[in-house]
Amino acid sequence: MSVPLLEITDLTVSFAARGKAFQAVSGVDLTVQSGEVHGVVGESGSGKSVTMLAVMQLLSQSATIDGSIKLGGQELTGLSDRQMRKIRGVRIGYIFQDPMTALNPLLTVGEQIAEAVRIHRSDVSRWQASERAVELLRLVAIPNPEKRADQYPHEFSGGMRQRAVIAMAMANEPDLLIADEPTTALDVTIQAQIMELLDQLRREKGIGIVLVTHDLGVVAGVAKSLSIMYAGRVVERGLVDDVFAAPHHPYTKGLLESLPQMDQRVQRLRAIAGAPPPISARPAGCPFHPRCPYVIELCHSERPVLRKVGPIDVACHRAEVVAADSGALQNA
Amino acid sequence: MFAYVAKRIVAMPFLLLGVITVAFLLTHFTAADPLTSIIGERQMNNPDVVEAARQRWGLDRSLPEQYLVYLGNLVTGDFGTSFRTRQPVAQDLIVRLPATLELVISAMILGTVFGITLGVFAARSRGGVIDNLARLFALVGASAPVFWSGLLVLFVFSVQLGWLPGPGRIDARAVAPPFVTGFFTIDSLLAGDWAGFRSALLHLLLPASVLGWTVTGIVSRMVRASMLDVLSQEYILAARAKGASPVRVLLHHALRNAMLPTLTIIGFSFAYLITGAVLTETIFAWPGIGSYAVSAARGLDHPAIVGVTIVGGAAFLVSNLLTDIAYAVVDPRVKLGAKVGA
Repeated sequence: MSVPLLEITDLTVSFAARGKAFQAVSGVDLTVQSGEVHGVVGESGSGKSVTMLAVMQLLSQSATIDGSIKLGGQELTGLSDRQMRKIRGVRIGYIFQDPMTALNPLLTVGEQIAEAVRIHRSDVSRWQASERAVELLRLVAIPNPEKRADQYPHEFSGGMRQRAVIAMAMANEPDLLIADEPTTALDVTIQAQIMELLDQLRREKGIGIVLVTHDLGVVAGVAKSLSIMYAGRVVERGLVDDVFAAPHHPYTKGLLESLPQMDQRVQRLRAIAGAPPPISARPAGCPFHPRCPYVIELCHSERPVLRKVGPIDVACHRAEVVAADSGALQNA
Repeated sequence: MFAYVAKRIVAMPFLLLGVITVAFLLTHFTAADPLTSIIGERQMNNPDVVEAARQRWGLDRSLPEQYLVYLGNLVTGDFGTSFRTRQPVAQDLIVRLPATLELVISAMILGTVFGITLGVFAARSRGGVIDNLARLFALVGASAPVFWSGLLVLFVFSVQLGWLPGPGRIDARAVAPPFVTGFFTIDSLLAGDWAGFRSALLHLLLPASVLGWTVTGIVSRMVRASMLDVLSQEYILAARAKGASPVRVLLHHALRNAMLPTLTIIGFSFAYLITGAVLTETIFAWPGIGSYAVSAARGLDHPAIVGVTIVGGAAFLVSNLLTDIAYAVVDPRVKLGAKVGA
């Protein structure tokens, strides 16, 4: 197999606060291939956004990054800010959650897209850059791009702004797009359009996309593979089809059961009891054990590591039992 | 926008009328009788002198009558005659206003430039040495009374070191340049008088710095606070994610946004200082509006008091309008004259 586009190995991110270090992300492994969408799913505080910002090295000064982050085989950790600036916006495009706040209100949309080009290409004239901005707005299917480029963000609707943000991220034809909850702030109808646009860019440009979301439904539509994160760790990883067919981790199973499904009559949606642990008080053993219906004595003391069970990587002492239950559920 | 600005300008005389009325009433309801300062305490026992003075200054008429006469004269540009200087108030103001403007504008330029620079550096190194030094400097500037800081710089730079001249607008032996703008620096340049220009500029330096220090303190604190607010916005992270350099992020993305709330402070400071630079003007023997206002108040000089009030009110109206226009220029979301909710 060729070199993966993005390969994160044993990534740990800790923040120093009040003289203590808190691990937001612990030992995360993640691999994304060119031309595929990889979903990273988890609740707020599960460490998914921190992982992605660590890739970009956009975390605050108080963050410490350990482990390895390779982009197309090139190690990114340890690069200086000057070196990282040649990666950001050039080889990795980043799409933010809220398009309302991700655009500078005082600059026209065209200026902001052209800026992304001109920062990295001193040979491109101001005029050429604004031409390119119009072209990019056309790429993301914004009607009347010539006129739209001269408008300010407040003159755009939410969906149009997110398209503009995507155009900005695509300005230098990056190899990798990181989309951090790109549809969370949008209406459902607009969500589908944005996901379709991202998928189209993947097909046409052959880029790899990391799709960060808390919504398994969004992942189901476009991603080929996914990682489920909980309390700063990857707890389950595999192809979307395999995981959806038979989740091996009780957390994933709980997430799937809390989704309404069109084709099945479910008595009632089941929510996962409890809340994710705060970063400062993560339980010993398996971090999910206080909420887990499958919990046994072992889960209190020993943290499970990722292991292969069938086609899936899962961090659970009772994965086989969960998988059997899930499979039975599917066949029922 | 032009229609909006025109509307604001048309409204100004009516707003000033309110200012005039309040000032007129307040001065006339003070317990002290202005006659004591017009004719002197000793003559107050002489009924003939008192009566003649009351007639001469129109104080024998009823208050509404005085008010209407004053307004009628005002329309023709007559601000009345000062009880104290026995000069037309309008003429006093014309001589003194440029002195204040020269001082205040210089102070505003110094204060804004240093204030923004300090604020940006402080926000950038939040909690660091530069931040703490900048904040200390700002704190002292904003809170040190001018009668202390003014005397201090005079003592150090003029008396001890002898680098800069003492109080006054120009060297005592020099002749004031012919009146064109009333700004000694500009007028001496226009007259081709280089020695005069140098003298005027050097005389301006200390009072403008002292006053500018106050402005620096206010502006830098505002810039720092709004920079910190802006720097936590997602579009700053987005700019960094594009690969923008720290300097570009700071100046192109953050500062422009941070300037919006700062504009209000700058506009307000300017208007305030037109009549509020009293202490600086007094300490540096600067013949401006502020010191004129103080003498007028002390001398129960009603026409002068109302005249100064009009100038101060007009300063606020004009600077508010300019601030609003500046907002509309900087922030595309602001549409002057647009209906709310439209």
